Amino acid sequence: MSRIEINGVTKKYGKTTALKNVNLVFEANKIHGLLGRNGAGKTTLLNLITNKIFPTEGEITVCGESAIENDKVLNTMFYMMEQNIFPKSTKVIEAFRWTSEIYKSFDMDYAKELSARFELNTSKKIKQLSTGYKSIFKAIATLASNAEIMLFDEPVLGLDAYHRDMFYAELIDNYSKNQKTIIVSTHLIEEVSNILEEVIIIKKGRIIKQESVENLLLSSYTIAGENSKVDEYLKDREYVGVNGIGEFKKAIVLEKNINKDINLANKLDLKFGKTELQKLFISLTES
Amino acid sequence: MLLKFKDDKAVYIQLAESIEDDILREIFNEGEKIISTTEISVKLKINPATALKGINILVDEGIVYKKRGLGMFVVKGAKEKIMLKRKNGFFDSFIVPVLGEAEKLEISEDEIVKMIKGAKANGRN
Repeated sequence: MSRIEINGVTKKYGKTTALKNVNLVFEANKIHGLLGRNGAGKTTLLNLITNKIFPTEGEITVCGESAIENDKVLNTMFYMMEQNIFPKSTKVIEAFRWTSEIYKSFDMDYAKELSARFELNTSKKIKQLSTGYKSIFKAIATLASNAEIMLFDEPVLGLDAYHRDMFYAELIDNYSKNQKTIIVSTHLIEEVSNILEEVIIIKKGRIIKQESVENLLLSSYTIAGENSKVDEYLKDREYVGVNGIGEFKKAIVLEKNINKDINLANKLDLKFGKTELQKLFISLTES
Repeated sequence: MLLKFKDDKAVYIQLAESIEDDILREIFNEGEKIISTTEISVKLKINPATALKGINILVDEGIVYKKRGLGMFVVKGAKEKIMLKRKNGFFDSFIVPVLGEAEKLEISEDEIVKMIKGAKANGRN
């Protein structure tokens, strides 16, 4: 089972602590979203999981084995890195061939088919690709790797809306056909919120939430109405993200959905709503 | 099939309701196969577990059933079952808010009835 466990991991770069005492489990065969603001430590965490860098403290196991210098484990993972790993003059098709030599499960036909669909010219050199097409190239290599664990770091960087849509649809199709563990690190949260099963919210090197999207969204709700009436409802309640226009305002109440006071809201003429992942994320990661 | 989710309800509930709508509109007929969970999740770009959860609501309510290896099918009598369920909720979901809003706007009961009859006559239902 392609489960990833992170136990008490701290990563320091000189005096800077990028990750502090991280304890996490990525359950097998789920789509996990790794969400955090710029510099929160998302990429550091992915680099640690894939053994690109080593933890200062703590341990990481993949399928129960340590990933450090463990080829068997590393070959079960494919990491779509933000940085380019191939020499600049490599052509797309050559990069696919190299990948297929390292990853025996790489599906060349699928890579070619995806390239045609995304209109990626495989005889072009990687360095000649636009930012968007560099992302597409890496996303295709990852999808075609057939790895048990796929890690995507900002997969839709530079992609237009049409290609983003295509990518998300392909990711789900790929996952439905052959269940695997997927980790997507992104800050475009609204777009992925329906795709994810689990979310991990990371803030300044610490994990502040790990929960299923469903539970996270059920653990809060929105309330909207006239200013003074919303204030009355919010009295003695924990809330974030107050947003107002003129006489009206809306807030996210940090209380289980089932505990909301329907009678009071009716009396005050207030409306309940479902929390959006993106808004909750912004409120939770405000400094 | 709906294409955009609203933010007032969980996605899997909205999915189940939209399939019910399609059964009411006879897009999916009784005894026929409905769209697969994979197709749903790819088309609507939602997690397959969410799609499955939505379908399972319909299974629990006896609206669709699973034929092993073939897919999900609409139960005979499903349309009537959905109509009965929706009729029970009609008063709370539609009549109560209409009366509440009408009271605020000082619209009389007679006026409401007139509006309904007028809308029906104009084919706006």
